[in-house]
Amino acid sequence: MFETIAFYLFSVLTIAMFWITVTTKHSLYALTALAAGMIFISAFFFILGADFMGVVQIIVYAGAVMALYSFGMMFFDTTRELHEKSSNAKLVFGLSGAAALIVVFMVAAPIVGGNIEAHYPIVEGIGNSQAIGMVLFTKYLVPFEVAAVMLLVAMIAGIVMAGKKMDESYSELSEEEIDTKNAEGIA
Amino acid sequence: MEITLTHYLVLATVLFSIGLIGVMRRKNLLMLFFATEILLNSVNIALVAISHYYGDFTGQMFAFFIIAIAASEVAVGLGLLVLWFKRYNTIDLDNMTQMKG
Repeated sequence: MFETIAFYLFSVLTIAMFWITVTTKHSLYALTALAAGMIFISAFFFILGADFMGVVQIIVYAGAVMALYSFGMMFFDTTRELHEKSSNAKLVFGLSGAAALIVVFMVAAPIVGGNIEAHYPIVEGIGNSQAIGMVLFTKYLVPFEVAAVMLLVAMIAGIVMAGKKMDESYSELSEEEIDTKNAEGIA
Repeated sequence: MEITLTHYLVLATVLFSIGLIGVMRRKNLLMLFFATEILLNSVNIALVAISHYYGDFTGQMFAFFIIAIAASEVAVGLGLLVLWFKRYNTIDLDNMTQMKG
């Protein structure tokens, strides 16, 4: 009973928050609505018994990703209102139609669910985090390490691209000056 | 009323559609990033729900790696965006026509 109430409550909240995110004209509203939606999504993970995923969702999305985005919004000029112009109505119409058609096919497709066996079954008696750790560090060890290397690469890329010379604006320089600056930086 | 897997899949589809609407109508690249986050999150809901209802950890593992990929995407994307903004002082999608796409 409580599960049902929680599901519908958080569904409405999440949909409302994400709708605000994609429709609002103020980027600050979009950011805060997105952060709230991320937190509400973690509620679904808790309802589904995936405690570890819920905590990761809060830490990574509401913590790290939102901090990155708020840094970006401080850097860019976000005080002016956003304006969306729907220049190509035909393209939007065609893409929406195609997406709706694909959704219909996905929903109407026969689901072969009769003989699915769990490779890594959820065992009773041990906690979700413990079980996740056991699966993650045995069967998914190589993808885990690859993901770690990928995060390291992304971190270095972010530092290299955004970190240097934050005090000068390239838009006030000419192309030649930028090229000479880049050459000096490389040399 | 019992909440079934279908409820969660319908919810994920609705959220994915909202993300698609955002991708189609936004011109500001930062707002476009927000819409892609919504897409990734809706898929995460579907994966975790399937993992719960079929009693298998694979879905949660996939959602975990999707979160890792989303985090690195944000780091690299914001770095590129900062470079672009420093050079052209705008992050509007309409101005990025150098590749003649």
